[in-house]
Amino acid sequence: MPSEHLKSLLSRLSRHLDKSQLLTSDEALAPYECDGLSAYRQRPLLVALPDTIEQIQATLRTCYDMDIPVVTRGAGTGLSGGALPCKDGVVLSLAKFNKILDIDTQNRTARVQPGVRNLAITEAATPYGLYYAPDPSSQIACSIGGNVAENAGGIHCLKYGLTVHNILSIELLTIDGEPLSVGTQALDHPGFDLLALLTGSEGMLGVIIEITVKLLPKPEIARVLMASFDGVERAGDAVAAIIGSGIIPGGLEMMDNPAIRAAEDFVHAGYPVDASAILLCELDGTASEVEGQIKTVRHVLAENGATEVRIAGDEQERMAFWAGRKAAFPAVGRLAPDYYCMDGTIPRKHLGRVLKHIDKLSREYGLPVANVFHAGDGNLHPLILYDANQQGQLRLAEKLGAQILELCVAVGGTITGEHGVGMEKIDQMCVQFQATELAQFHAVKDAFDPKRLLNPGKAVPELHRCAELGAMHVHHGQLPHPEIERF
Amino acid sequence: MHDTAQQLIETVTCAHRDKQSLSIHGSGSKSFLRLQDQGKPLSTLQHSGIVAYEPTELVLTVRAGTTIAEAESVLRKNGQMLAFEPPEFNGGTIGGAIASGLSGPRRPWVGAARDFVLGTRIINGKGEDLRLGGQVMKNVAGYDISRLMTGAYGVLGVILEVSIKVLPQPETEVTRVFELSVEKAIRHASELSGVANPISATCWHQNKLMIRLSGTETGVKQASRILGGEPIQDADNFWLSIRNHTHTFFQQGSFWRLSVPPASPHILHDSSEQLIDWGGSQRWLKTEESPENITQKALSAGGYAEQWHAADRANLRHPLQKNIMQIHKKIKQAFDPEYIFNPGTFYNYL
Repeated sequence: MPSEHLKSLLSRLSRHLDKSQLLTSDEALAPYECDGLSAYRQRPLLVALPDTIEQIQATLRTCYDMDIPVVTRGAGTGLSGGALPCKDGVVLSLAKFNKILDIDTQNRTARVQPGVRNLAITEAATPYGLYYAPDPSSQIACSIGGNVAENAGGIHCLKYGLTVHNILSIELLTIDGEPLSVGTQALDHPGFDLLALLTGSEGMLGVIIEITVKLLPKPEIARVLMASFDGVERAGDAVAAIIGSGIIPGGLEMMDNPAIRAAEDFVHAGYPVDASAILLCELDGTASEVEGQIKTVRHVLAENGATEVRIAGDEQERMAFWAGRKAAFPAVGRLAPDYYCMDGTIPRKHLGRVLKHIDKLSREYGLPVANVFHAGDGNLHPLILYDANQQGQLRLAEKLGAQILELCVAVGGTITGEHGVGMEKIDQMCVQFQATELAQFHAVKDAFDPKRLLNPGKAVPELHRCAELGAMHVHHGQLPHPEIERF
Repeated sequence: MHDTAQQLIETVTCAHRDKQSLSIHGSGSKSFLRLQDQGKPLSTLQHSGIVAYEPTELVLTVRAGTTIAEAESVLRKNGQMLAFEPPEFNGGTIGGAIASGLSGPRRPWVGAARDFVLGTRIINGKGEDLRLGGQVMKNVAGYDISRLMTGAYGVLGVILEVSIKVLPQPETEVTRVFELSVEKAIRHASELSGVANPISATCWHQNKLMIRLSGTETGVKQASRILGGEPIQDADNFWLSIRNHTHTFFQQGSFWRLSVPPASPHILHDSSEQLIDWGGSQRWLKTEESPENITQKALSAGGYAEQWHAADRANLRHPLQKNIMQIHKKIKQAFDPEYIFNPGTFYNYL
């Protein structure tokens, strides 16, 4: 962009924002050049740090007038490059909107600004015996606005749902700065389910400026069991058997051996380092409810070949069991200079096959892979280890990652369970969807943002991009993994 | 068990070409919820049957014309259920359950129809066959069009198939009844919902508050002891009568449905008859008050109101704010550019 254009943008924005709220120097822009997916970097033209709604509106209106792209940013913890800046665009940081506006204990809701941290909501609700259920691993840092934009999940979402299941309303600004109130303070709202459409829309349809979330009563008790297995497939069968027995655990997580070892080395959770896989199964509810379920799950685990089952004896041990799982990403991060986290979801019955195939690919590419898995809901996080300083390794890791995602699609799953498409999985969207389906997504985008200025280039690929990739995906008329049945 | 997808796609393709309006129907059990019914009938009833079901995956994929009863009978054999308890009314289909987005007594504790929709296959207004969402629990690839279809009354597309998350049936269910005034019942239900306990439905009518508990045998027994109240006979049929509106309250004349925050105080103080479920969030009223007053009261409580079974259907939909209305029109055009699907069924401008 010519500096004249930047000058004119600055002069228009500075009518509404202070100098300190408009960052343009290289030094000031540097922290904004990537989000949690640090392999993708781009400096924006400018970062705007509004602290009033009017300032957000003014920024949007200016950009709309001048046809300048806008990328909204929360805490910048996203893992798919959803907040990656545009070179000629503005990054709209909502970090200053970090206030909890109201907690309604009677109706069990909290009205919050988008920059509030996920965990801060639960902290504020705790004195009333309430909490906010979705708990992504990054909950200590990630913002609720980003959670809504990505439809974030977490460890407890099999039972308690994703972000979309836990919010009642949002206040939104469209690209031309106009406010839109979506949802009510009740359980549903008239008209189309715009709340669902906007949740997980990755900043492509509007800018979220306020959210009302549901709060749940804290379960009376939570107990966690840890079961070891000498094969990942057995652990997978045990998961199916627990669900088949009629129990929906509060959390049901699996880790494979490399992930177990890494986590144990890192936090000393007491994990069995020789096991091929472990399952962590949390049961929560009233004390009498949980007591009965523990008996059932214990029995099911033993029946399904668990070599050892341990029940956390007290809250401290329960937290230790979870600490290993929650620290799995950074723990794996100590095994190699860099890791690349994937996010496919598969029908659980294919777990054994998929893990075997990932293992085969891992050996072919010469890059180790550790697996952590939201086993209850089929959401797999293979962590590919690589060294970005070795030439070509990042590219190799990306290629391996792409193959893993295509494998997930081939067994009837999806390329992203909770991290979003962002910039990272844009090409795999061409594998998961047909051109007509992508065109329908674009039509939805155009209904909100006809100039396509909000987060351009993310989430939904342009059709020509898929056409260019076509040659790569359809080799001699065959789709990847022709041996796998499609449905 | 029929797959009539190709015929349905051809019909829609021709209708798009000829700009012919279509009135999409399943069993017709919810036609009283249509604002208008215009266009050449397009029945999804023949497009029926289970496409895929694996109990341990907790996912059921069915064709739209499958009846709710049929889907539930398959689930029941495996100890599972449609947890949002969609009203069947009279022979309702899964397509209709999703298109109307209605949910039964369990809704506040487990979620609504839209919460259980994982994926759909639809025909858009250009006759394109689209698969959106998926058959897995978590999927954030692309906009959530499957949930957008839920409760859109067919104005955005013909639903061909739906993948629904299913849940295990509770091991046991018990219903307790309490003699309470409306004010006390609202407070009691709200307080109980604020602490951990296995409540799965509440209903207040004529000074009786019914509370259903669901879960393990021991858990429900214990909760029931703490809760108190009296047991009731034939509780399953009682909750079915709330779910399917066969309860005497729903049998005669028109009534209002108010969706409000659960702890909202008692809303109308005239001689109106009232049935309150969803832990206080859903209030059914028979009242002589003016539509303007009722709508205003629901709005100021933070919710909205709509009138069911009135002859003129004038208040069947809560009016949308102007800018929300604009975005509805644009979304309609994005899916159905020739306005062929269910014209006027949802809102007269869609």
